[in-house]
Amino acid sequence: MLNSLFSGDFPRSRVLTAMLIITFVGLLLTPFIFPGARAMNVGAKICIFIVLVAAFDLMLGYTGILSFAHTMFFGIGAYGVAIACDKLGPDWSSVLIGMGAGMVISAVIALVISLFSLRVRTLYFAMITLAVASAFHILCSQLGEVTGGEDGINFMVPDLIHPSTQLAEPFFGVEITGQIVAYYGLFVFALVVFLFILRVVNSPFGRVLQAIRDNEFRAAAIGYRVVVFRSISTVLGSVIAALAGSLLALWLRYNGPGSTLGFDIMMDILLIVVIGGMATMYGSVIGAAIYLIAQNYLQDLLKLVQADVEGIPVISGMLHPDRWLLWMGLAFIICVYYFPWGIVGKLRMRALGIK
Amino acid sequence: MSNQQTIAASEALPKKKLDLMPLLLVPIMALLAYPVVHDLPTWATLTVAGIGMGLILFLVASGFTLVFGLMDVLNFGHGIFVTLGAYFGASLLGNSLLMNMGGSLTAPLAAWYTADDLFLNMLALFCAAGFGMLVTAIIGFIFERLIIRPVYGSHLTQILVTSGGMIVAEQLILALWGAEAQPLMKPASLNGAILFGEMAIEKYRLMTMTVGLIVFAVMMLLLNRTKLGLLIRAGVQDREMVEALGYKVKFLFVSVFAAGAALAALGGLFWGMYMDATTSSLGGSMMVMIFIITIIGGMGSIGGAFIGAILLGLLTNYTGFAYPIMAAFSSIILMCLVILWRPNGLYPVSKR
Amino acid sequence: MKPPILKLENVNTHIGPYHILHGVNFEVPEGGLTMLLGRNGAGKTTSLRTIMGLWTASQGKVIFEGHDITELSTPEIARLGIAYVPENMGVFTELTVRENMVLAARDAKIDSSRLDWIFTYMPALKKFWEQQAGLLSGGQKQMLSIARAMIEPRKLLLVDEPSKGLAPAIIQNLVEAFKALKQTGTTVLLVEQNFNFAKNVGDTVAVMDNGKVVHRGTMAGLAEDEALQTKLLGLSLDSHQ
Repeated sequence: MLNSLFSGDFPRSRVLTAMLIITFVGLLLTPFIFPGARAMNVGAKICIFIVLVAAFDLMLGYTGILSFAHTMFFGIGAYGVAIACDKLGPDWSSVLIGMGAGMVISAVIALVISLFSLRVRTLYFAMITLAVASAFHILCSQLGEVTGGEDGINFMVPDLIHPSTQLAEPFFGVEITGQIVAYYGLFVFALVVFLFILRVVNSPFGRVLQAIRDNEFRAAAIGYRVVVFRSISTVLGSVIAALAGSLLALWLRYNGPGSTLGFDIMMDILLIVVIGGMATMYGSVIGAAIYLIAQNYLQDLLKLVQADVEGIPVISGMLHPDRWLLWMGLAFIICVYYFPWGIVGKLRMRALGIK
Repeated sequence: MSNQQTIAASEALPKKKLDLMPLLLVPIMALLAYPVVHDLPTWATLTVAGIGMGLILFLVASGFTLVFGLMDVLNFGHGIFVTLGAYFGASLLGNSLLMNMGGSLTAPLAAWYTADDLFLNMLALFCAAGFGMLVTAIIGFIFERLIIRPVYGSHLTQILVTSGGMIVAEQLILALWGAEAQPLMKPASLNGAILFGEMAIEKYRLMTMTVGLIVFAVMMLLLNRTKLGLLIRAGVQDREMVEALGYKVKFLFVSVFAAGAALAALGGLFWGMYMDATTSSLGGSMMVMIFIITIIGGMGSIGGAFIGAILLGLLTNYTGFAYPIMAAFSSIILMCLVILWRPNGLYPVSKR
Repeated sequence: MKPPILKLENVNTHIGPYHILHGVNFEVPEGGLTMLLGRNGAGKTTSLRTIMGLWTASQGKVIFEGHDITELSTPEIARLGIAYVPENMGVFTELTVRENMVLAARDAKIDSSRLDWIFTYMPALKKFWEQQAGLLSGGQKQMLSIARAMIEPRKLLLVDEPSKGLAPAIIQNLVEAFKALKQTGTTVLLVEQNFNFAKNVGDTVAVMDNGKVVHRGTMAGLAEDEALQTKLLGLSLDSHQ
């Protein structure tokens, strides 16, 4: 049972298993043990980023494709739901239409980009996707009538998942609102999609992807059509990113260029995948949890520390709460140099007795 | 024996074709744009503005493309040198020198720079640019040692680490200078435009164009007429063989890296002045254009970067005027068309 | 007898995960031309690249004129007086013939009498002196590559399969050039597949197989012993004639 659930790809490290269980239980019980909107918001974002980063890792870690357009697909999914709910009214059919449209459009664009540029070198692909994504970002900020421009779209969601809906009596002192439903819906969705990606990378298809990543020429020589496999991986990763975007839009009841398309979000994804550990899948879970908690609470920590160094030039500037990214960036560089396999890779190596 | 020698020697050598097609793209684009703009003075103004912008972009792209060609290093953090150039300029020419550090110093060159005297203005600009380029070159040197040196050979790690370096450097700039945009004025005597009939050309544009052209000319001379240039061109093509001939390519590379950083800083200063201010994301936002130029021109090719930059500058100005919404995508379309025509760029650099 | 100019002692080289050289031992006597023969994949090119510092030996020593050069960088090794002509010739195709030679002369000016001497064997280079090297034919590029190694007096030349892909008439030119080079007293270590070529110019020989040297001796000795040739190289002399 467990074997088929995890597709035979277990954490393979006791510490890692413990961390995963803590993350799982923590996310499962967030509404009850960490009351307040902020904690639930962080929990929901962790769920969404697990999916988003797992999809990215499918491409980067398992296939060796570095796509900077991941946020573009994230945004397409989010805009799909936002525009559909905004124009067609807040019911489930428009949610489904929006999600579906986002995923289909993503699939088509991803296919075009792959066929066009996966033949060229990895580097070109990285640069081309970055250029396309940034053009898309600018376009979305300008097409005010459709996307709401820089301000984005605030929209209504179906009553079932609207925070103001009261559904049942308080349970363990927590009001059961539409937000709780939305949170658990998100949680289940993320779990299912994550297990699906885990299955994909451990399937024969996933093995071929890894063979291509390790030695493109050998894989081609054996008879695999490298471009086809890469394209499928890119399309799959992009469609899942769109799905994650739809979930984010539903959770926030808002979408704008800043919340899904920004380059900072692309950097978040890169940081998470590297810190968690590339080509491990579980890395996306651990990475997303650690990174997003740090992102949300490091600022609080810096606020505390900064009070002590108030007035000292430079130092107080560097410890300003807004400069949390400075410290994350440093952690990232150190991570790439000293733990190129990330937390999960490191833990697995330790479990195997490799220094 | 001598008979065989003559065989080897008398084989006809194919004539080297001077590849001018890519050069023609510039006038072709300008001509194609005319019916769209449909107004001669506007068209001329846009064309000059586009070339001016292209030359600034070239300053930034040249270092990026050479660094890639020479060491196969993709520096996603190149934009930070652009930002630094603008910030140093703002600090030296304005009154905001490290205000965040508690001082309220008056920038040393500010008085010259705001005087109504072209010579003093230019002198101040020259000093500020020179200082900014020097310091940025040193920072580039450190960046290469700290960030890039440990990750030779792996493109993925390079992209990750240089992106990380960019984040950290941007945040450090914010920590030092503060989060507010830094005003960066054009030289007082270069405000306004010169009118040729109905066609207006900003004086400032003329100045940056002149500088850009001089830099391009010097660079071409250096690459084609000096031994250092020979080494760089040879190294772009076959680094190992240059080493096997007894030259330290790593040293060559560090020099090119630092020089590229300095040129990027100059580009950043001009670009920031054109926008009248600079923010910490000035260079980052320019990177996309640099990528497009490099892909269009051929990675590692200076001539390609020059044409690519001017094409992009022109295109951005034309579409910005005629179809502002398409401005962002038009450059992508241009890039796609070029790749379809020549998959490795306009002037592909032959590698081993 | 003079000590050897170059000596490899138990050299092991790894390329990524692959173990290519498994303890290579051989010596190159000063003056004269040493052939390094062997089948495809025997480790000849890797040996040259290890000597040149393009790969670093994981174990063992490379000794040049009595000094351990195993850990030196490629430019340092080159400046000790070792010139390298790689298998792909390493010609800078974007540069002219002259520019290629200028780089090869390193810090010195091109010595015109030495250049004239080279031109007598490689007249094509004189003819196309100011042309782009990329326009030269394969044989002419090979000439240029060897000329670059000869333009300044070097103590040791490492040459990797110069005859590869060349027409027989041009190979004869190469033979003459190497014979002339030998007369100047330059030591050459030459990797070859073409046995006829090797027989014509070689003085001593080392044969490699599976990352090891399996035979050392004089070229003449090997040329006479057809059974040994078949055993070591897996082909008889006839098949190459």
